Amino acid sequence: MDKIKLIIWREFITRVRKPSFLIMTILGPLLLVGGMVLVSFLGMQENGVQHIVVIDKAQLLTNKLKESSDVKFFYEQADLSDSVFKASPYNAMVEVNPLVLENNTIQIFYKNLPSITVQNYLSKEIESVLEREKLRLNNVDPDTYRKIKTALKVQLFDIEKAGKQSYDQIKAGLGFGFGYLIFLFIFLYGAQVMRGVMEEKQNRVVEVLISSVKPFQLMMGKIVGVAMVGLTQFLLWVALTLVLGTVGLSFAKDAISGEAVQQPAAQMTTQLQEQLGDQAPAVDTPGASAEMLGVAMQVWDELPVTWIILLFLFYFLGGYLLYSSLFAATGAAVDSETDTQQFMLPITVPMIIAIMIAQTAVYNPDGPAVFWCSIIPFTSPVVMMVRIATGNAFSHPGELALSMVLLVATFFFTTWLAGRIYRTGILMYGKKVTWKELGKWLFYKG
Amino acid sequence: MLAVENIVKRYGDHLALDGVSLEVPKGKIFGLLGPNGAGKTTLIRIITRITGPDSGRVLLDGHPMTAEDVVRMGYLPEERGLYKKMKVGEQALYLAQLKGMEKREATDRLKAWFARWDMAHWWNKKVEELSKGMAQKVQFITTVLHQPELLILDEPFSGFDPINADLIRQEILRMSAEGTTIMLSTHNMGSVEELCDHIALVDRSHVVLSGSVKDIRKQYSNATFRVEFTGNAVAFANALAYHGELLEHREEDGACTARVKLLHGATLNNVLAATLPAAQITGVREEVPGMHEIFIRAVSNQEPATVAVGTTE
Repeated sequence: MDKIKLIIWREFITRVRKPSFLIMTILGPLLLVGGMVLVSFLGMQENGVQHIVVIDKAQLLTNKLKESSDVKFFYEQADLSDSVFKASPYNAMVEVNPLVLENNTIQIFYKNLPSITVQNYLSKEIESVLEREKLRLNNVDPDTYRKIKTALKVQLFDIEKAGKQSYDQIKAGLGFGFGYLIFLFIFLYGAQVMRGVMEEKQNRVVEVLISSVKPFQLMMGKIVGVAMVGLTQFLLWVALTLVLGTVGLSFAKDAISGEAVQQPAAQMTTQLQEQLGDQAPAVDTPGASAEMLGVAMQVWDELPVTWIILLFLFYFLGGYLLYSSLFAATGAAVDSETDTQQFMLPITVPMIIAIMIAQTAVYNPDGPAVFWCSIIPFTSPVVMMVRIATGNAFSHPGELALSMVLLVATFFFTTWLAGRIYRTGILMYGKKVTWKELGKWLFYKG
Repeated sequence: MLAVENIVKRYGDHLALDGVSLEVPKGKIFGLLGPNGAGKTTLIRIITRITGPDSGRVLLDGHPMTAEDVVRMGYLPEERGLYKKMKVGEQALYLAQLKGMEKREATDRLKAWFARWDMAHWWNKKVEELSKGMAQKVQFITTVLHQPELLILDEPFSGFDPINADLIRQEILRMSAEGTTIMLSTHNMGSVEELCDHIALVDRSHVVLSGSVKDIRKQYSNATFRVEFTGNAVAFANALAYHGELLEHREEDGACTARVKLLHGATLNNVLAATLPAAQITGVREEVPGMHEIFIRAVSNQEPATVAVGTTE
């Protein structure tokens, strides 16, 4: 047992000490958060005040559009020729044709594409002015109109959970996120196991090692060691993302509002929702962001968080252990990276299927494909996470238990299988290995 | 010390070892010889417990070998190497600990070895920064560091320049003098003659020859003597009569050298008595076959068509 600890330690420490580990650890969350901040920043940040000229021959909009700190309106009654517009200080030109009340269409000509925020602001302003005009023409009282106008909200309720709104969609999305993490982890670190095995084989260090330890110990030591590297990196990512996320969010907020105000985290979330709200017309009522927060809180309350985390770790490790032993066997069976492809395909395909099925599970967590893939161990780590997050798995505890037992059993089986391929493969050089050959290796005596 | 009994090992359709038995006496240097592909490496891997036999057993000091016995052995494989990215000292410590050594003791012994071979400054270098010969020296140290009772060396001299090969040779002799049992596999027949007390020759999955080097050479000697004399070669040949056959002779400045093969159960004394009146005998030496010759004869006896298979390298 001491020997396997030693192997685990070596696998762990040599990887963690590599500069690439540090770089990936820092770069990972930086890219993630940085990307998000950059997108929102670029999307919302304006290149100074936008001067917009409105060509309004019918005099429908003139002096009726509300200006903001970022958008200033100017009005013209005659067409501006392209060359005149190009020479003018205006950033964009809105052409309102006289028939706009019938065809509900305007054209915007620009020099630089206005940001989404400005576009939304423009269309909202023009829309409300036109609406008022139509109300006047049709002799409709604006108050009556507000009463008539219907913004339908659909609330979903699961009959099993009386009185509570269902947010299965959001939860399924969350579950998919977990499943995707498992998928990523298996590929990133499974490949590391494979490369590690190939390195030992190419170095010819392997025969020296297995004169001291059993091949199975060497394989398991590597698998566990790499898993620890992965978990360490994962935890560092979570920690760093939280830190960076907080910093990045406040930075983004400051940049947008133009003033540095310290905000409590909860309020900041609201702020973000509002900013997002600007982009997405569907939630642009002032109450929407508060509602979103409420939904988030309720989802959090409804989810059995402890169970989800425990099951996530279970499927996370189970899936990794299952696949990494296959990766290890592949590494042992070949001489070079280029030979891995024929064996990689059957490993990759179930994973791809898993991620595809998990996607459909977000919209239809009760489908038969989702059911089967959440039971079959090669896809269950990814797919079952969606069912767990929606709570579907908890209402079918038998299926969950079956899936977990099958995963463990299959893990033991693939590890045994991989161990037998591994101990023969690592000592086999210069031979192009076929599937038939691999089959024979299974039955060689220890 | 080590006894191998009736080992059979099969890889699919290929019979790698077929009823192989041999015995390695304690404290001796034992040479395991044989052409490439004869099954030497398979046998060594079975002894080092890297792989298991289909049938037969390996005894260590009279007891069937167990998994715990691997720490009593040191093994330098033919296909050997080190982690390229790891530092020399760290790696040597790792390998020593895998052999069950305490970290502190391993460090002390390693430092002593490194000092003795004047390579202390390699400690913090990565293996990829070392030359092949340097890495081989590190590898040799890691093999013997835990002072194994049984040392198994597969082609120990390959990859060394003559100076370092000699260094390794000295270490082998030193450890043997200290009581270590050593099993050596090599194609270098010169070093077999120089180092080995006993040998076994494996060819096509069988042991075809085994015993002490002295006995084997005697067994392969074919009663041929090199006789030096002055005088008439024809008179010498006639005097031999039925005691011996003159295989060839060479004459240089009146001094003759003849190769004489004894016939009809004659002894050297018979030959000398018969030829003394005819020539002035100045020297007699028995022609003992070298290991190189014995190797080729033993292997080609099996099947003449494959005489040249991997005899030297």
